[in-house]
Amino acid sequence: MTPAKPPVVPTPEPCPVVLRATGLSVVHRTRSGPLHAVSEVDLTLRERRTLALVGESGSGKSSIAKALLRLPPPTAGTVTVDGTDLAALSPRALRALRPRLQMVFQDPVSSLNPRRTVRDLVAEALDAHPDPAVDRAAVVERQLEAVGLPLALFGDRRPAQLSGGQAQRVAIARALAAEPRVLIADEAVSALDVSAQATVLNLLRRLTEERGLASLFISHDLGVVRAVSDDVAVLQLGRLCEQGPTEEVLAAPAHPYTAALLAAVPEPGRPLGDTGLLPADPPSPLDPPSGCRFRTRCPFADERCAREVPELREVAPGRTVACHRPLLPVAAAQDSAVAQDGAAAQDSKVSGRPSR
Amino acid sequence: MTSPVLEVRSLDTTLHTPDGRTLHVLHGIDLSIDAGECLGVVGESGSGKSVLARTVLGVHPRATRATATGQVLLNGEDLLTAAPRRRAELLGTGVAMVHQDPMTSLNPVVRIADQVTESLTNRRRMRRRERLRTAAELLAAVDVPDPARRARAYPHELSGGLRQRVGIAAALAGSPALLLADEPTTALDVTVQRTVLDLLDRHRGTRGLATLLITHDIGLLYGRARRIAVMYGGRIVETGPTEAVTEAPAHPYTAALLRSVPRVTGPLRRVLPAVAGSPPDLSRPAVGCPFAPRCERAEAVCSTEAPPLHRAGDGHTAACHFPLTLPIGPASASVSKAQETV
Ligand SMILES: Nc1ncnc2c1ncn2[C@@H]1O[C@H](COP(=O)(O)OP(=O)(O)OP(=O)(O)O)[C@@H](O)[C@H]1O
Ligand SMILES: Nc1ncnc2c1ncn2[C@@H]1O[C@H](COP(=O)(O)OP(=O)(O)O)[C@@H](O)[C@H]1O
Ligand code: SF4
Ligand code: SF4
Ligand SMILES: [Mg+2]
Ligand SMILES: [Mg+2]
Repeated sequence: MTPAKPPVVPTPEPCPVVLRATGLSVVHRTRSGPLHAVSEVDLTLRERRTLALVGESGSGKSSIAKALLRLPPPTAGTVTVDGTDLAALSPRALRALRPRLQMVFQDPVSSLNPRRTVRDLVAEALDAHPDPAVDRAAVVERQLEAVGLPLALFGDRRPAQLSGGQAQRVAIARALAAEPRVLIADEAVSALDVSAQATVLNLLRRLTEERGLASLFISHDLGVVRAVSDDVAVLQLGRLCEQGPTEEVLAAPAHPYTAALLAAVPEPGRPLGDTGLLPADPPSPLDPPSGCRFRTRCPFADERCAREVPELREVAPGRTVACHRPLLPVAAAQDSAVAQDGAAAQDSKVSGRPSR
Repeated sequence: MTSPVLEVRSLDTTLHTPDGRTLHVLHGIDLSIDAGECLGVVGESGSGKSVLARTVLGVHPRATRATATGQVLLNGEDLLTAAPRRRAELLGTGVAMVHQDPMTSLNPVVRIADQVTESLTNRRRMRRRERLRTAAELLAAVDVPDPARRARAYPHELSGGLRQRVGIAAALAGSPALLLADEPTTALDVTVQRTVLDLLDRHRGTRGLATLLITHDIGLLYGRARRIAVMYGGRIVETGPTEAVTEAPAHPYTAALLRSVPRVTGPLRRVLPAVAGSPPDLSRPAVGCPFAPRCERAEAVCSTEAPPLHRAGDGHTAACHFPLTLPIGPASASVSKAQETV
């Protein structure tokens, strides 16, 4: 039986590509040998769009973020920004470009100089501002206001006098002050309370659209990811396991790991669901399992999963998944028989999961 | 009737910072936690959650002087008035803390075994082999795989989730009666968060540990904390059974907080309804309701008079002139601050 070809959907004009990473790999040298933190990852950041990068701790999210900024450069792969290969730039040209690529880090307190006041911390970021004649005092006040910290109340405080959430907002104000082209937010709202989080998410989204930023939003919180991103890429032990439009992926995840992440989200009024994960800990990235790197925790793993590395395959227009037995059937012709068998088998398995 | 493990009565905490500022952070905090019970404390950044935990422990950042008035009763003994030696003894044996970031609470150059057994070795001089064995047992109890090897490791050799389990093992080692967990899973991803919270629930159940679980994520308390206390501007503005507070919030701040939670279910909201405005300035004396400048329901009376405490039968209370769900009209006239313990 040949499955019917899906109808051709006219795709809307995509936003221009700002940053493209191809075949990105990051290997860290460790005492115990090479650690493959990121393996052959492709990512595209477009103007006015936000791509969310999701994955658990140690999956390589921060390694990707740093590799994009060449801090340090990736072990393999290319990164282009507005068509320019970053590896081809002179150190000087790279230094000139850097402020246009801004990053907000995970740990707000250690990223801020403890001796500076909030006012100075934001003002010093203006050294990288493209317009030297900018009214510094006004910009400092505007950026702080934008993250919900009135200058009058917070301008003279130092990082130690801020709560964790307040410190993170100062870091975000600093990044925005440099008028970036690409904004990478690495777990930037994880430490914020929901009201501050909502303010910052709305702000990131608005600025991405209004200022034509290309944003990479790193998070493990799918609720936050849903609110802020257009597309999502799910990372598992250094490999992309699922990618596609955020709403579609969250409505029907195709990879068992994405489904587990979704089930683990705590939400008021949502009973604690079963994640379906086997009770194994994430394996060491120094010694990843053969074949599918998720197989030690996957309830659907079979011997093929131990043997063959699953490749990213299309399950719907713009959606790819790397799994031998995805939760959605793989699109026409690509290994359809196996995939659909798999999907059917898993449906019964999912519904038959014991609840806790 | 069993008496609560922790009972806080009319607690006010004022911080005096080295640069000469005075911040009145906590106002009239009343709460109590029974053995085996989890009380969730939720509130925005700067609402005073950590200062509350630190006041119970009597530990504040260096160079910060704190004055606390009211009572902090641990099994009936007031920590605020106890003599320093007695206080240290009560805290050392009775209270343990799990921090937001295990990396800051663990010493990077000390082996896991020595940190996990710290509260034990202080009292009983253990031999090294015995200490390693005890540490491995403590680590196994918090589901650390390969505990004997991990006991010999240093903190940076472990993942964030394992480090937090080590932090929990260290906290549980001294068999405390009360566990203060300040954002214990904020730095962890959801799957690991789930296992760490399940672990805390399990030990709470088997050891009858009273737990104060501080978080800014109200969703996380659902299905875990029996009761929630919502903090705003250093006050407990609403308290009650978790279901009542999350399903039928009475205080406008709680309702706003619940609205701004980004969700994976339900209709997609591109713009999250954030609470406009900023948290109250704690260096200024508050008149009326601290939420008034940001409240949609505020009327003139809100900025001049302290809101009364409204109650429902199930211990659900809210300090508000115009609560959303509780019976209109305070249970007792002109209660100016929470008198009932949470
Ligand atoms: N040592 C200190 N010196 C000066 N101000 C402080 C100090 N510690 C806390 N504060 C202030 O006290 C208020 C309450 O802080 P606290 O750390 O308790 O907030 P929190 O609710 O724990 O917030 P978060 O969710 O961000 O951790 C904040 O306004 C904070 O800036
Ligand atoms: N500088 C480094 N040296 C050695 N190993 C590293 C280094 N940075 C990261 N790693 C390892 O690489 C893997 C991916 O880490 P990271 O990119 O920080 O993950 P994430 O941000 O998703 O939590 C982890 O196993 C981590 O321990
Ligand atoms: S390839 Fe196999 S082990 Fe990997 S996620 Fe799919 S079913 Fe599970
Ligand atoms: S007392 Fe007034 S300002 Fe305060 S929460 Fe209630 S309605 Fe709003
Ligand atoms: Mg990271
Ligand atoms: Mg805190």
